[in-house]
Amino acid sequence: MDLTLSNLTHRYGATEVLSGIDLDIAHGRILCIVGPSGCGKSTLLRMIGGLERPTSGSVLQRGAVPPDCLNPLTYIFQDFALLPWRSVAGNIALVLEDHRLPGPRRDQIIADVLARTNLTEFRNAWPRQLSGGMKQRVAIARALAVNPAVMLMDEPLSALDAQTRELLMDDLVALWTRAPFTAVYVTHNLAEAVRLGHRIVVLSRRPGRIREIVEIDTPLADRHAGDPALEAHQAHLWQLMRDEAAAADMELQNG
Amino acid sequence: MAETDTRPVPFRGGGFRPRQVRGVGLAVFVALIALIEWGTRAGVISSLTLPRPSDVGTTLLDLAESGMLWTHMAPSLTRLAVGSALGVSAGIGIGVLIGLFSMVRAGLIPLVAALFPIPKIALLPLFVIWFGIDEGSKYALIALGTFTPTVVATYGAVDNVDRTLIRMGQSFGLTWLSIVRKIVLPGALPGILSGLRVSLAIGIILLVAAEMLGAEYGIGAYILQAGSLYDLERLFAGVVILSALGVATSSAIGWAERRMLAWRG
Repeated sequence: MDLTLSNLTHRYGATEVLSGIDLDIAHGRILCIVGPSGCGKSTLLRMIGGLERPTSGSVLQRGAVPPDCLNPLTYIFQDFALLPWRSVAGNIALVLEDHRLPGPRRDQIIADVLARTNLTEFRNAWPRQLSGGMKQRVAIARALAVNPAVMLMDEPLSALDAQTRELLMDDLVALWTRAPFTAVYVTHNLAEAVRLGHRIVVLSRRPGRIREIVEIDTPLADRHAGDPALEAHQAHLWQLMRDEAAAADMELQNG
Repeated sequence: MAETDTRPVPFRGGGFRPRQVRGVGLAVFVALIALIEWGTRAGVISSLTLPRPSDVGTTLLDLAESGMLWTHMAPSLTRLAVGSALGVSAGIGIGVLIGLFSMVRAGLIPLVAALFPIPKIALLPLFVIWFGIDEGSKYALIALGTFTPTVVATYGAVDNVDRTLIRMGQSFGLTWLSIVRKIVLPGALPGILSGLRVSLAIGIILLVAAEMLGAEYGIGAYILQAGSLYDLERLFAGVVILSALGVATSSAIGWAERRMLAWRG
């Protein structure tokens, strides 16, 4: 299943936040969206998944949804969004309960995604007992449980410290290498973008427009921190964004 | 800076952190009663000002031995249970509806705001006309008194449920009912339970008020009789029973919180 955004424009009152976004999201690849703060990248992601309505333009879904997919467009949130009153397994069960799966099938899915995210021994833990990195692993397991056609990741590593971020990036690369998934990955962190993105879309300052699309051909598994080619890409992206990021920083809020 | 003047850095942190201290509450209680006991025996406090705590204790024991304690407790507990069960369940129901539906919110919040400050005791004659002098008017008084604080606590608690959790539920395609049952209600439960403490305390206050009118038996009736005879021992015995009732309901809610909110740790 592919997604196409056509001429997407969004306004909050008189403020235009996104302007004329045209974009194809191709199957089996990770698309990163970067841009200065306030450029509407999170808003764009909410529109792609149908959590917000664009002022004009449309998000189109092309092709059939895979047959065993329970929730085609599935989010991973920056603040994890785990229910504190449910255990790790309970949080994953939550998203399966409305689908009338037979009990053994549900248990099997839960066991499978917990194993894939190395969480098997934490299945009965409460979210408050987990570190930030573990919480996000639970959220990733929950997303995998519904077998999504497209994963929509909204700054998934931004609430974590730098070391945990490295570990989770490795986990994401390993997950993708084993079973390639389609993802839209919003971040303000350029290092994440060049590590995980097959295509990187650079948005301009508000109103967000597509400034440039960078393609990185190196396979995800071969990308390592300190790789000169990746550093060159990152420097190029920073060059594109630097002035705008500075200008965005000087802007008054709600101005 | 030439002098090598070496001192430890003075400690400036600490404090401002309540910690659990066991037994102090009980000690204050015991000390206060011992002081009154001593004062009444020594004559510093005249027996018209305060009854002797030991006499109040004897009165309570007599009451228990004669079986009259239960005769007064049973109707009071029934009234409190029925009245507050009606008020609290209606309050939680309406509160959740206000939290979920904008139309209900717009329509009912002003009504609740208008009902809340009315001293319910002032409405007792009205309730007697509507529901009769028997149990009906007492149930209604306690129900209305517990209803308003429960509504306010409940819709506040529903409003405070983390919206990102609700967005998460929507993004996974959960049904509306699932979102309410599995995200909104558990998220609101801590607020609802702490509102319940206030509601039930108000229920006990109104219980006594209700029993002051046309009740033969009941803690309130017992206190009223004692009061009109200036029988301070019995009056205080009644007050002690009410306090015990307050402590009991409060610890029952504490127990419910520990059971139902174990996830908070």
